[in-house]
Amino acid sequence: MIEAKAITKIYKLGDDEVHALDGVSLKINDGEMVAIMGPSGSGKSTLMAILGCLDTPTSGEYLVDDQPAAGLKESQLASLRAHKIGFVFQQFNLLPRTSALENVMLPLTYDGTKIKDRITRAEEALETVGLKDRMKHHPNQLSGGQQQRVAIARALVNDPAILLADEPTGNLDSKTGAEIMALFQTLHCSKKQTVVYVTHDSFIARHTNRIITLMDGKVLRDEINKNPIKAGTPRPDELITNSNGNHGAEVLQ
Amino acid sequence: MSILNNIRIALRALKANKLRSSLTVLGIVIGVAAVVALLSIGKGATQGITSQVEGMGTNLVTVSSSRMFRPGGVTSSSATLLYSDYEAIAAKVDNIAGIAPYYQTQESVATSNRTSTYSVIGITPSYESVTLQSIDLGRFLTSSDGLTKKRVAVIGATVSSDLFQGLNPIGRTIKINNVDFEVVGVLASKGTSGFMSGDSNVLIPLETGYAKVFGMRARSNSKYTLSGISISAATAESTDTVISQVETVLRSQHGLGLNDDLGFSVSSQAQMLSSLSSITSTLTALLGAIAGISLLVGGIGIMNITLVSVTERTREIGLRKAVGAPRKAILFQFLVETVTLSLIGGVLGIALGSAIAGIVTFLGLITASITLDVLVLSFTFSALIGLFFGIYPAWQASKLNPIEALRYE
Ligand SMILES: Nc1ncnc2c1ncn2[C@@H]1O[C@H](COP(=O)(O)OP(=O)(O)OP(=O)(O)O)[C@@H](O)[C@H]1O
Ligand SMILES: [Mg+2]
Repeated sequence: MIEAKAITKIYKLGDDEVHALDGVSLKINDGEMVAIMGPSGSGKSTLMAILGCLDTPTSGEYLVDDQPAAGLKESQLASLRAHKIGFVFQQFNLLPRTSALENVMLPLTYDGTKIKDRITRAEEALETVGLKDRMKHHPNQLSGGQQQRVAIARALVNDPAILLADEPTGNLDSKTGAEIMALFQTLHCSKKQTVVYVTHDSFIARHTNRIITLMDGKVLRDEINKNPIKAGTPRPDELITNSNGNHGAEVLQ
Repeated sequence: MSILNNIRIALRALKANKLRSSLTVLGIVIGVAAVVALLSIGKGATQGITSQVEGMGTNLVTVSSSRMFRPGGVTSSSATLLYSDYEAIAAKVDNIAGIAPYYQTQESVATSNRTSTYSVIGITPSYESVTLQSIDLGRFLTSSDGLTKKRVAVIGATVSSDLFQGLNPIGRTIKINNVDFEVVGVLASKGTSGFMSGDSNVLIPLETGYAKVFGMRARSNSKYTLSGISISAATAESTDTVISQVETVLRSQHGLGLNDDLGFSVSSQAQMLSSLSSITSTLTALLGAIAGISLLVGGIGIMNITLVSVTERTREIGLRKAVGAPRKAILFQFLVETVTLSLIGGVLGIALGSAIAGIVTFLGLITASITLDVLVLSFTFSALIGLFFGIYPAWQASKLNPIEALRYE
């Protein structure tokens, strides 16, 4: 369970103060699947970084399994990030001049995985995101969507209890995006992982049980979604497009 | 978190960034190589000069008429050293084990098919013991050679090999200033080829020289003159007494008062050694300074490369922390990276520097002397620069939280 209590994050730029988060409180139980929405600049990435123990709030408290993160030592935080959390960055943050496979192996070098298991597990993770044939490619030899999938594979590879993904489908076509959604739903359903992802897309958001909307650093809405969309369901507007006989690329296939 | 694992991470990072890694190594190589080469050459030069001077005997006192530079840059007017000065010194000065007057000029020396210019020195037989010469082939000059003004010569090892190309020169004829001389002996080489070696000298009896070779140049008011007198004092301690007695005799011979400028240089080998060693230590200090500058330049090169990559490396650190690297794993990774680069750079630098020193030695310019302290000094210094500029930014970056590090610009 992760819990934020009245979290604020203030960036000081000279005399100006940016209140990126302004008193956010929320509680996400183990095994929940949550989407975070909100306009650009509303503080979604800032919140995700704090949930992932990558950043510290200016005030308020953040608890992981009832443990205040602020009270953890540097080495305990590192261990938490290594074993419990998988994070997909909005900007991917892949190591340059390093193959996709080695990028995905990176978390395994710090969580005590045996050397001979690292490659197999990284290969499996890449296969899961559909990049089996791009393992030796460097980030600059991959498309934006492929880079994003490498970043997702890296977040999955250590089998984290909490998967935090900042716009994981932002650069993906709807078919691949649906595959990623299916993947997240599987992780959530069969492995009982907690999945939190940020999206601008309300259709993508409605694949979860719960949608939290941020606005100006505050929680605007926190609503339960009784009937999550099953991955693979076509978009309503695609249905319309299809019925209209519009010859988009997807239709031709 | 095993050490092996950390080493693996570091080596992988070095391999992924080949260009950056090799530029850093290059900086260290240049710094180390410059220091090793320059200091070895400087040291070798110093040792070479010192051993040449020592090879001439430590009890040696030299009297010369040559112009001498005095402190302040004024050249003192030189007095002319006369053969009669030698006779007076030989008669009046105590504690002399041997005394050798000589007259030296540059002359062309020829065989039937080769000609070259050498120092031709007119000497007496005592020259052999006073200046520590020894004979390799044939014999040295004798007093009867001088008395009968025989045209005989003893040649240095270099002269022998130049003119006779490995043939036995004994009994053969050389032309000195177009006068035929018979070679009767070859001097043993003193090994070094520096400015004081006797290997390029041709020795002839002083009397023969006055009569047949030196001509009017060796006369002053119809008296025979000398280029110098070499005196070997009875003991090393008596050299100072010998010097002062020689000066007294010269003053009375030339009618000079106590306060008049002597116009001769009378110096012991010990004095010469100490003034030479002050020159060579200045030289070594100068080379050291140049070497230091090259180390600094190499160091700045390393610094530059590491600082240029600091943004990217800070992001890398942020990412590694984000996926679970503890701070000490990151510091260890950077430590291994920089130690590896410094070691490779240091070893290559030492190899390159030694090679340069070796080439200089091989070309016969200076016998460079590579010593351990030079190797250790240059290696340590560049390794420390490498370590500092590799570790310090990493140290800074590892203190940031992952998001700050990932946003670093
Ligand atoms: N390091 C920083 N320094 C100063 N201000 C910052 C910093 N990071 C974020 N901000 C500000 O905080 C606010 C929230 O930023 P954040 O990245 O969380 O937005 P977001 O909801 O993720 O937006 P987007 O959908 O565009 O990714 C923005 O107004 C941004 O300008
Ligand atoms: Mg964002």
